[in-house]
Amino acid sequence: MSALAKTLDIRSSPHIGAPASVDKIMLNVVLALSPVCLFAVFRFGWAGLLVITTSVAACVLTEHVLCRLNRKATTINDWSVVITGLLLGLVLPPSLPLWMVAVGGVLGVGIGKFLFGGLGYNPFNPALVGRALLQAAFPAAMTTWPNIRGASFSTLPSSTLSLPLTKPTYDGLSGATPLADWKFNQAYTNTGDLLLGLTGGSTGETCTLLILLGGLYLIATRTMSWHTPLATLTTVACLSGALHLYDATRYPSPQFMLFSGGLMLGAMFMATDMVASPITAQGRWLYGTLIGLLVVVIRIWGGMPEGVMYAILIGNAASPQIDRWIQPRVFGTTARGRAT
Amino acid sequence: MSGVLTRLIGGKTFAHGIHPPESKEVTCGLAIHQFPFAPVLIVPLSQHIGKPAIPIVGEGDEVVRGECIAEPDGFLSVAIHAPATGAIRCIAPSPTINGKMESAFFLEPFPASTQEIFCSDACDLEQLDRDSILAMIQQAGIVGLGGAGFPTHAKLTIPAGKSVDTVVVNGAECEPYLTTDHRVMLEHTDDVVSGIRLVLKATQAKRAVIAVEENKRDAAQALQAALASDERISVEVLSVKYPQGAEKMLIQTVLGRAIAPGGLPVDVHAVCINVGTTAEIGKLLPRGWGLQERVVTVGGPGVQRKGNYRIPIGTTLRFILENVGTTDDVSTVVMGGPMMGTTASSLDIPITKGSTGVIVLTEQETKAVASRREYPCIHCGYCVDACPLFLNPSQLGLLANQSCYQEMSTDFHLMDCFECGCCTFVCPSHIPLVHKFRVAKASVRKKRAMQ
Repeated sequence: MSALAKTLDIRSSPHIGAPASVDKIMLNVVLALSPVCLFAVFRFGWAGLLVITTSVAACVLTEHVLCRLNRKATTINDWSVVITGLLLGLVLPPSLPLWMVAVGGVLGVGIGKFLFGGLGYNPFNPALVGRALLQAAFPAAMTTWPNIRGASFSTLPSSTLSLPLTKPTYDGLSGATPLADWKFNQAYTNTGDLLLGLTGGSTGETCTLLILLGGLYLIATRTMSWHTPLATLTTVACLSGALHLYDATRYPSPQFMLFSGGLMLGAMFMATDMVASPITAQGRWLYGTLIGLLVVVIRIWGGMPEGVMYAILIGNAASPQIDRWIQPRVFGTTARGRAT
Repeated sequence: MSGVLTRLIGGKTFAHGIHPPESKEVTCGLAIHQFPFAPVLIVPLSQHIGKPAIPIVGEGDEVVRGECIAEPDGFLSVAIHAPATGAIRCIAPSPTINGKMESAFFLEPFPASTQEIFCSDACDLEQLDRDSILAMIQQAGIVGLGGAGFPTHAKLTIPAGKSVDTVVVNGAECEPYLTTDHRVMLEHTDDVVSGIRLVLKATQAKRAVIAVEENKRDAAQALQAALASDERISVEVLSVKYPQGAEKMLIQTVLGRAIAPGGLPVDVHAVCINVGTTAEIGKLLPRGWGLQERVVTVGGPGVQRKGNYRIPIGTTLRFILENVGTTDDVSTVVMGGPMMGTTASSLDIPITKGSTGVIVLTEQETKAVASRREYPCIHCGYCVDACPLFLNPSQLGLLANQSCYQEMSTDFHLMDCFECGCCTFVCPSHIPLVHKFRVAKASVRKKRAMQ
């Protein structure tokens, strides 16, 4: 009976656990994003590839170095910073100078994530913090889109390799995003092109179909909840649909609103950032609705053609308060907290 | 909404909860076997919630199997019976599974002692009234055999001014590995049914529902057949889900009645009793016997001869494991199921009335849980979707990190948590949430006691 002569382990129950873990969740998101990244490379060639890789490298390196400087174990192996890097790369213009991309990654991870305590403590989506800071710092470069017909694997936009702190030069005519086209030229892109990504725009936001599929994959594998994206998309569809019905000449159609710009990428992959969104299903409904509402308001009545970034950041800011208002209704109590 | 959906697709169940691997396939088909007597049986005086029993035999006394050796001390206490014929060596402190040293009989069975039970007079159950049934249950030393160990007669005593219309008989057995209730329902079907009839009489309830999860359909069919024409008792097959065997969850599933925080089943006119307990009532009361042994599932990857054994109360874990054989890489011995059970700190801990299982885990399983990296809470909300009581384990965990125990109990219903472990099971950050809640609850209770 030598087997029983040893010291027994004592632990607190439960003694079994589900196989889920944070790194697996994050890796799953990376997996869901990979077709979107591949399409970005296919569509924008070297420019797309360089923007995404620079962004990921900057984000991962920033987190690693900051962990080391603070004498903590590095946290890059939980994959969350890779998601931040990918998302930041995907929401930047493909012709953005790479040094700006790197600045965005460093600021997004440094200010948006690490300063608040790292994974689990960031009140805002770090990728969007990076993008918002770039938008404030380099408004011109952030709204200059390459002429997509010229992009390929043989050439690189002249702006991509601009030296740090110099003004980027752009060759040829710059294109426009579908939303800018609508806002400033009253021109509509057809829905098929929007779905297939045959338009201009940020590196990874163009192919709505692939983004949608990636999101559905995450929902199907129960990695993320469906409440936030559904609430956001439904709100945008309903609100813009109502406006379109009211005056079709002034307000764009709901399908144009849904499939253009960064809405799909934002609703599927950024608004759903678990850390920065409410924890209850009801809270996520409210949060998603708020984001959808803000997207329509900013796009239609705002000065800029696109409003997804600010809508999500405001949603992030509201989410602790939403969690305060909406808690799960404890078993055996009524809506007002009284016993049944 | 998921509840509505499940109801449309399959059996009844409650909202939230989890589906851990059932791990019952090995032992669910194995018939109950009688276990031999250990050289020394350690029988604690307190195997129930309430006051310990008062010994009526002393050091050196010889006792007969089935003889009452300790009397209940007041209402919330039950009798204790000798599990074997032998001599009381001493009454001394012994380690128990809750970590405390408890006063216990150290009984040395005589080498030739048989498993035959000392018989007192059989009685005519038809003649018994409600109070005498309750008194007999107390005298027979019956407590909740599902693990809680609450004296059964106290549970079945309906307070004045309250009434009960339904007895819910708990045959859910939702803990992984455990198959004792399954086997008891199959092999002692008649005892279960006669026990339920006595419980109906004691509570004056109109009907009883035996709730069985659908992984035990054979047991449900056996019960159905044994019920014959008794219209007061019915069998209900439920979907498999953990923790369906929890009182609040089961009453919600079966009757659709939600017990308010801090409430009891009687508040919704129900009583919930474990099916194993009813089997003991049905077996012991007509014969005038006391509880001296119980069915225990001995299983888990570390056990060689897994099975369901009828083990005398007081048998130590060491004797059990030496008899069934263990693998070389044993690391943890759990009393109860793997979700809510307690790990044994010593193999000299005895089986008591509340022991449902002895589950032995090997280094492989222990490592799979213990060596996982803990991440910060990422607010994924998996725990919120798993908590059967609709608490917010994520928020509670964050508050526990700051030792905000008072806020946890006043604002986030900490004291409602019954430690089912669903939140910890699903947590992808591997945060030991339930453990944090145990610490917090103990602190709140201590504070309340001091005030």
